[in-house]
Amino acid sequence: MLTTRDMVHIALFAAIMAALGLMPPIPVGFIPVPITAQSMGVMLAGSILGARRGGLAILLFLALVAVGLPLLSGGRGGLGVFFGPTAGFLLSWPVGAFVVGWLTERFRARLTFARLLIACAAGGIFVVYAIGIVGVSLIAGLPLFQAAVGSLAFIPGDLVKAVVAAFVAHTVNRSYPVIRG
Amino acid sequence: MLGLYIERKSPIHALAPGAKMLALMLAAVGLIQVTDPRLLGIVQAAALGLFALARLPPREVAAQLRPVLLLGLFFFAVHALLVGWESGLVTVLRFTILVSLAVLITLTTRVSDMVEALEGGLRPLRRVGVNPAKVGLMISLAIRFVPLLIDLVREIQAAQRSRGLERSVTAVAVPLIVKTLRMASVLTDAIEARGYDPD
Repeated sequence: MLTTRDMVHIALFAAIMAALGLMPPIPVGFIPVPITAQSMGVMLAGSILGARRGGLAILLFLALVAVGLPLLSGGRGGLGVFFGPTAGFLLSWPVGAFVVGWLTERFRARLTFARLLIACAAGGIFVVYAIGIVGVSLIAGLPLFQAAVGSLAFIPGDLVKAVVAAFVAHTVNRSYPVIRG
Repeated sequence: MLGLYIERKSPIHALAPGAKMLALMLAAVGLIQVTDPRLLGIVQAAALGLFALARLPPREVAAQLRPVLLLGLFFFAVHALLVGWESGLVTVLRFTILVSLAVLITLTTRVSDMVEALEGGLRPLRRVGVNPAKVGLMISLAIRFVPLLIDLVREIQAAQRSRGLERSVTAVAVPLIVKTLRMASVLTDAIEARGYDPD
């Protein structure tokens, strides 16, 4: 059952995802992959709103993209993005946010930076890549191993994002906690 | 809120959104059965022809299709090296056709009509506890708040610039999220004070 408060949180976090897409990608010196804030938003949704609301916020964001709003970073959007070879990564986002949130709720009693980092990495990287790689393999007809090897190039950037997301979630959860007993 | 929709008078614009979505789903199922690259090539050409039938400006269409064509070339090369070029052509054509059709739907259907179709499509899920009225409220709230939060990001970036922090993700994300959560609290009270009850 969603309360009015839950609905408002879900809607506003979906809008935060869109706003993060407009932040310019930040290049990271030692690796060639820039940080786009949007995939970090998946980790933030779960670690700040919890499993159910976080997952639904990302699902709502994807619905906004699907109905034709150009809200993905770089101004991409529309139904087309859900039929390309990397569609699995997009579809994994709500699941990833849910897992980040589920772990964050388990860790709630003592929400340290290290525990948040584990949650963000498990949901925002492990789950996202597991589903995304299977998607690439199915849609592009590549063997699973090769699809995985090709995707590994993006892991270092995502590790940086997990550290940043855990730090942000840690700060926000201390000053304005949403996940409560 | 500006979508990717392009206003034109064409038979494709006139089709009901639900019918277009159904056609896309049928195409997705149907294409799995097709293994002849020549046949797929014809279907891809026909799909591109539909953009002309919809009277969409070629420049806009090209901008939408460029990412998938580049990805298609990349995956064709990888597939050709690892598996074989003929099956690579079949696989890549399958997803470029589907992306073309999906882009066609996005460019020819208003965001408001898509939202309506989405809500209509969710109606059968009422039995498993999905309330279309609640989904509708969340969609309109989110669409309403996207421009507001974009402004908020710009405002925070300007404030942090004076401290030399505008390139720091955390210095922008933390105030963005805390301010938004405060806004959520006020908004919830405002909605409940008006006696909102979707159930």
